[in-house]
Amino acid sequence: MIKTDALIIGAGPTGLFTAHQLKLIGLDCEIVDNLDKIGGQCIELYPDKPIYDIPAIPECTGEELTNNLLEQLKPFNIKFHLGERVDELKKDNEKWKVKTSKGTEFETPNVIIAGGVGSFEPRKFSPKECEQFENKTILYSIKDKKIFDGKTVSIFGGGDSALDWALELSKTSKVNLIHRRDEFRAAQATVDKVKELSNAGKINLITNSQLKMVSGNGKLEEIEIENDNKETKKLKTDFALGFFGLIMQLGPIANWGLNLNKKTVEVDTEKFETNQKGIYAVGDICNYPGKLKLILSGFHEGALAARACFKLARPNEKYRFEFTTSSKTIKNRLGVKSD
Amino acid sequence: MAKITYIENNGTSHTVDVAEGLTVMEGAVQNNIPGIDADCGGGMACATCHVYVKDEWFDKINKKSEGEDDMIDQAYEPKKSSRLSCQIQVSPEIDGLEVHLPEKQI
Repeated sequence: MIKTDALIIGAGPTGLFTAHQLKLIGLDCEIVDNLDKIGGQCIELYPDKPIYDIPAIPECTGEELTNNLLEQLKPFNIKFHLGERVDELKKDNEKWKVKTSKGTEFETPNVIIAGGVGSFEPRKFSPKECEQFENKTILYSIKDKKIFDGKTVSIFGGGDSALDWALELSKTSKVNLIHRRDEFRAAQATVDKVKELSNAGKINLITNSQLKMVSGNGKLEEIEIENDNKETKKLKTDFALGFFGLIMQLGPIANWGLNLNKKTVEVDTEKFETNQKGIYAVGDICNYPGKLKLILSGFHEGALAARACFKLARPNEKYRFEFTTSSKTIKNRLGVKSD
Repeated sequence: MAKITYIENNGTSHTVDVAEGLTVMEGAVQNNIPGIDADCGGGMACATCHVYVKDEWFDKINKKSEGEDDMIDQAYEPKKSSRLSCQIQVSPEIDGLEVHLPEKQI
């Protein structure tokens, strides 16, 4: 059981800056994110796209923004729990007990949800029949590539993940690569290599086709694909892998008794607290009259939520507002010299 | 101003007036039309404002944006007629446009 003053859910820009604010005022915090990397939507959706409306930064990409925020957090030792989704949140006396998908447990008076549009999950195949094989012979990510040795693997998708795995697995497995179009969005060098292997008969490349049906007794045995002319074709296969990118789902947040409005959480604008004491929502996931889904709004919301956390984490102390330019205490925390 | 008709997967039809300069996605969100999630808010980063546009309209609306097809690859049940509604600009020329919504967005 990890005890902390505040737990932040979400390692996007808002979560990172909220951590900075908490540390500045002398509270500890830890951050959990379902993705296996830091940066949230900025890294997952638009690492290379320029952003033009971060105050005092005329232009930066999602990746640069994330790196800058991490740089700003450097003086503090923040513990990240990546690749973990917060599944349970329960009140225990005055504290919140939190449990993640990997079984990590926290006890904290403050939980700050900085979850964007929810957690990123892989987009799945549309035929309902796929569910029975999911996580066994129908997969959306690869943990151990050895299970494919000598087997037939049908990979769906046109991006880097799909093509990289097609190249890798073609060394030890029989690979079908199926894509909806005949253009690929993967890196050109990868696409060239796939086409080369396809010409050499080492990858069975099928374009303009999508998965229509799957069948098998206990495990996947056959898939049926359909092309743009509605012609179908059956393929024997041991595994089907889908790489269609990620979608955002609110997930377990919906079960925590919070006031929800579509996919957002209602908060007040003083503490950014939800209807549950000690649970706050900041950034894209929160909602209040006039809410703007801008990164700069998330920074403001996180700063105020952090001050609210102080009251619950240090009930016997009084919070004193200080500037980073003049406060000795803050400079000590930052590890910089005082004048 | 243009009249846009959004037809849900179950056949329910919604016709609304959408101001020029908005996108077909914004027209749906502002009028609370179910079936357009638009998670990323129009950044062409999520494929949850996916619609189908029939042939008679497909060539009349503005062409696909660069990278739009890459996102459509990731949509739920993409077809030849797929578009991301956040990339369809509303103008008087598309008055009467009908878009069909997929069964779901995710």
